[in-house]
Amino acid sequence: MEQAPLDPERRLQPAPLEPLGLPDAGLESVVGEEAEGPRDEGPGDGTMTENNFWLKKIEISVSEAEKRTGRNAMNMQETYTAYLIETRSVEHIDGQSVLTDSLWRRYSEFELLRNYLLVYYPHIVVPPLPEKRAEFVWHKLSADNMDPDFVERRRIGLENFLLRVASHPILCRDKIFYLFLTQEGNWKETVNETGFQLKADSRLKALNATFRVKNPDKRFTELKHYSDELQSVISHLLRVRARVADRLYGVYKVHGNYGRVFSEWSAIEKEMGDGLQSAGHHMDVYASSIDDILEDEEHYADQLKEYLFYAEALRAVCRKHELMQYDLEMAAQDLASKKQQCEELATGTVRTFSLKGMTTKLFGQETPEQREARIKVLEEQINEGEQQLKSKNQEGREFVKNAWADIERFKEQKNHDLKEALISYAVMQISMCKKGIQVWTNAKECFSKM
Amino acid sequence: MEGECRAPQARSSALPAGGGGGESPGSDAPLPGSSGSSALLQAEVLDLDEDEDDLEVFSKDASLMDMNSFSPMMPTSPLSMINQVKFEDEPDLKDLFITVDEPESHVTTIETFITYRIITKTSRGEFDSSEFEVRRRYQDFLWLKERLEEAHPTLIIPPLPEKFIVKGMVERFNDDFIETRRKALHKFLNRIADHPTLTFNEDFKVFLTAQAWELSSHKKQGPGLLSRMGQTVRAVALSMRGVKSRPEEFMEMNNFIEIFSQKINLIDKISQRIYKEEREYFDEMKEYGPIHILWSASEEDLADTLKGVASCIDKCCKATEKRMSGLSEALLPVVHEYVLYSEMLMGVMKRRDQIQAELDSKVEALTSKKADTDLLTEEIGKLEDKVECANNALKADWERWKQNMQNDVKSAFTDIAEENIHYYEQCLATWESFLTSQTDLHLEEASEDKS
Repeated sequence: MEQAPLDPERRLQPAPLEPLGLPDAGLESVVGEEAEGPRDEGPGDGTMTENNFWLKKIEISVSEAEKRTGRNAMNMQETYTAYLIETRSVEHIDGQSVLTDSLWRRYSEFELLRNYLLVYYPHIVVPPLPEKRAEFVWHKLSADNMDPDFVERRRIGLENFLLRVASHPILCRDKIFYLFLTQEGNWKETVNETGFQLKADSRLKALNATFRVKNPDKRFTELKHYSDELQSVISHLLRVRARVADRLYGVYKVHGNYGRVFSEWSAIEKEMGDGLQSAGHHMDVYASSIDDILEDEEHYADQLKEYLFYAEALRAVCRKHELMQYDLEMAAQDLASKKQQCEELATGTVRTFSLKGMTTKLFGQETPEQREARIKVLEEQINEGEQQLKSKNQEGREFVKNAWADIERFKEQKNHDLKEALISYAVMQISMCKKGIQVWTNAKECFSKM
Repeated sequence: MEGECRAPQARSSALPAGGGGGESPGSDAPLPGSSGSSALLQAEVLDLDEDEDDLEVFSKDASLMDMNSFSPMMPTSPLSMINQVKFEDEPDLKDLFITVDEPESHVTTIETFITYRIITKTSRGEFDSSEFEVRRRYQDFLWLKERLEEAHPTLIIPPLPEKFIVKGMVERFNDDFIETRRKALHKFLNRIADHPTLTFNEDFKVFLTAQAWELSSHKKQGPGLLSRMGQTVRAVALSMRGVKSRPEEFMEMNNFIEIFSQKINLIDKISQRIYKEEREYFDEMKEYGPIHILWSASEEDLADTLKGVASCIDKCCKATEKRMSGLSEALLPVVHEYVLYSEMLMGVMKRRDQIQAELDSKVEALTSKKADTDLLTEEIGKLEDKVECANNALKADWERWKQNMQNDVKSAFTDIAEENIHYYEQCLATWESFLTSQTDLHLEEASEDKS
């Protein structure tokens, strides 16, 4: 059972918050105020109840993958892969772990979980899932989702996703996440019942906001540019890396042909025969060494890919900000126009166009009573609007504050992880060079004995 | 025959061939070996028999006596020839130094061709001077090779680089092609110089020393078109008879040659392919490093690490370029030469078989009493000697060739292994120093945090 190469000792740390109660699996309902994080954005009551769970150290692993067949929504046979998720709780001191939960999930359920998290935690940079289909494929890798190497890498990627969520101070507290790990049956229904799909912002709305927003926070604009650059450079890097891998594969594998031919040639040679034969053997060793080397590199590529997908998560947060800001601006605009209308009605001057104004012109003046009524309505609306604006403003500020906190956290995580990844790449190269030196030294010895 | 046209001429005489003066376009009338007629070898002077009118398979000079060892004056056995080989291969005793360089393009109204400068330095008495400089074109080399083959049908003549390389050749005279050919021509002449027999061949001497006009007139002596055609016809006729009984050792030799030829061709293909793959790897690597630099522009904390990785990749890229050039210099030419050698060897085997077939046909004629028995018996006697000489010459040269082949193969592959080791060592050093710099930085940062 392989752990994600990123951090083999990944354990869930309890979020740095005030203790939430006794470490038993007691069902003391924890008061939401004590916890940071969204209040009205968690579904249902007792959201924090199970967080007692998190006080113990938790190990999560995606330990197996299995091919299954079943019927899909359209009642057609399909083959898919299911992943076994095991959760272990580790007693504090003696470090023994006990299996507390184990269930099977498929990729689409992971997607559902993530989409839910995106809706309910828009200020969080939500960890990405491993790719759905194999991209940046170099020729040997199959682009087939059923390919065992792909499945294995995906298993690791899914485990990594769960660990990231579980170690996030806010996301780890989510009930749906907890149920994902513990409640096999009915989980999908539970998620859908939260109605999160309805809460989701429409893409169109978001796009509109991006274009029309006037005063977004500069930091978010910069962040958006950064995430675009990050995405572009990492894709480029992954593409070239795949090509380099392909070529490297070619160089190594062609040497394998020497092995066969040397061996055949050695049959007709007397003095040279032994040397040729054994040199040929080393050529075979050389040729086959590339498989492991490139497999390791694939893991490195996956680490980069994670950050490629993280770029999209960053953009999602920026989009949400733009949406909120746009909403705010629209509300402010609306309020301003209503105030103006009110003023005009009160003073009798018509500066802004209003339908009512037109119709009165056409169909005759309205009575003072009518006007009064209208002013009253407007004043109510203005009042409401001001309240709304105030709360929107506050929401906006909260959002920016929380989002930025998470972004800082993310930045540190990214710098740490990518640096580690780059260093691990160097380590891989070193190992490859050492292997090369050894093989060719052996081969040279054989040649010199010919 | 390389599609050269020749003026017809009388068969057996030594009259100069027709054809235009000097270098007529594309033609080069091969001339009968006057190599036989003049003193050629220091000690191994031969007078060639010009009586053998029947034996037009081989021009006169190639007839009875194969060059050095088997003239009545030099009772050298194949074994002593091998000793002679070892002796002569030592650099102290080398007395003929040849270089081929300075390819130059010549344009005439009819054609464009390249000449190469050939400088010869020697201390040998039979050379009029100690230094010579001449210019030769590929055709001249071809002529020389053919003359040597005629003079020594069962010796292993070094191969010439190909006339054309069909695959991937856009233009006949691109620089790489010329350079590769120049090196191969250099090798060709030096191998002849190192060969115990061929080094004393008269045509070889003329080739190295004669001025252009001298060479053309020398070339014109020798069997003309008709006689050569006759040779070919006879050769074909004889070969169609098949070899009745090839001696055991030659069966083995033939077997070796067949398999060797297969294998060396494969190795040639494999090596070329490796070169191609390495080149493509190099091309991709060139792009790989700079991306990291690009990335470092948008990162703060990661910039140093990224730049470090970029620099390592670039250094490895350079190292791989060096590895490639090592391959193309040390291995590819050697392997390719032996591919050509293997073709050459098959030709030698054929010629040996032909000589034997001649004998066999006469013997058969004798037993069926078709012609004058006395004359036949005499002819058979001569042919038996001829066969024996040919066989002995081949055997001796075979041993020498095999020894050289082993050395060349061993040295070429050892060089390649060395190149690869060096390549990996360089890359290793690069990445290790990067790693140290990163961990040092890490420790620095850690101690900064503490303070």
